Amino acid sequence: MVWKKHEYEDIPGTYVFDGKHAHGAYPLNKLLFSFNSEECRSEFDEDPAAYCDKFGVTGKYKEMVVKKDFLGMLRAGANIYFMAKMCIPRGTSVQDAGAQFQGITTKEFQDKLLQKGEGLVDKLEKVGGYWNG
Amino acid sequence: MARILGGVTSSHIPAVGNAIANGLTQEPYWKRFFDGYGPAQKWLDEVKPDLAIVVYNDHGLNFFLDKVPTFALGCADVYPNEDEGWGLKPVAPFKGDAELSWHIAESLVEQEIDICMCQEMLVDHGFVNPIRALWGTHENWPIKAIPLAVNTVQHPVPTAARCLKLGRALRKAVESYPEDMKIVILGTGGLSHQLQGERAGLINVEFDLECMEKIATDPEWMTQFSNAEIMEKAGTEGIESIMWLVMRGALQDDAKIIHKHYHAPISNTGAGVLVLENQY
Repeated sequence: MVWKKHEYEDIPGTYVFDGKHAHGAYPLNKLLFSFNSEECRSEFDEDPAAYCDKFGVTGKYKEMVVKKDFLGMLRAGANIYFMAKMCIPRGTSVQDAGAQFQGITTKEFQDKLLQKGEGLVDKLEKVGGYWNG
Repeated sequence: MARILGGVTSSHIPAVGNAIANGLTQEPYWKRFFDGYGPAQKWLDEVKPDLAIVVYNDHGLNFFLDKVPTFALGCADVYPNEDEGWGLKPVAPFKGDAELSWHIAESLVEQEIDICMCQEMLVDHGFVNPIRALWGTHENWPIKAIPLAVNTVQHPVPTAARCLKLGRALRKAVESYPEDMKIVILGTGGLSHQLQGERAGLINVEFDLECMEKIATDPEWMTQFSNAEIMEKAGTEGIESIMWLVMRGALQDDAKIIHKHYHAPISNTGAGVLVLENQY
């Protein structure tokens, strides 16, 4: 019984959502998926611990859900899209989570993104063939 | 006979839908991104497709992880949008074309592309936002639409080569449909982005531009890369660019480039609008 090693595991700072994550964090992701329903979101808010029990989310997973430790949940195998159903309505955007991963502020994270677009219009003009306003 | 007029690519990120809903499309952050849709909208207005086949990935609205089809085709009369967990008001449901869907399903399976057939299918932002960006938001959508979902969420996800093959089979399927219909294929998602991990925030402008160029002129180029290599260059969520190859495969080899628009960053991504037209 062994999880196969993948080429993508060597990409630094990257957690590819594959069988290993999907299998281990299945109850956690099932709980997160339930948040598509307003009724489930309210039920969770009334008693997060009991809601975890209902989905078989136990141990470290349960602790992280109750504490709303989004970063910990991602590291433990929560799928980013499923976790967005929990964190976005609670005021943590995907950019906030990205910033936390790097230990920087969201503003710093957004500034780094903006830097990627610097000089873009000039570059596209040089490449040619692009609509440029 | 049904004809594929061409293909259009578009980002499908949630922020695009929010910007439209909140009237922000002409704000400085968004203006260049949305203005770049103008020529695509103009082309659609001229060629007037009856139906769009939207190649996208579901993000946990229709499919949970209990069953993850590699390729899933909507085979219903109607496709509703629903709350994805953020409490937003759903947009109006989309009319499909069940007869065309089942014809495509039959043809694809005959061509040894095995797909999951869905008689109930909720469509999420991945499907909805490209339509809103290209046609605006409507209570009665001006086109019919068929969802074609590709798994880009849970690995193993299909290879670039497989997506190109699916596209080529899709072309045969559509072109063998007896009704006179004008069809457009939307390839959605991408381009480079990574949402999770310490590498979050990755945008690779050089790779994105190469992708746009090669997908238009030499789509086989993408098939040299393993999915690990694509994720290394374009980020984990940048793997969505394989869905552009489904669109590209469905077009003629010499499809003409009508419009190319690239913008970065938009939210966490590099975003490209490519309009390719089949020559009849």
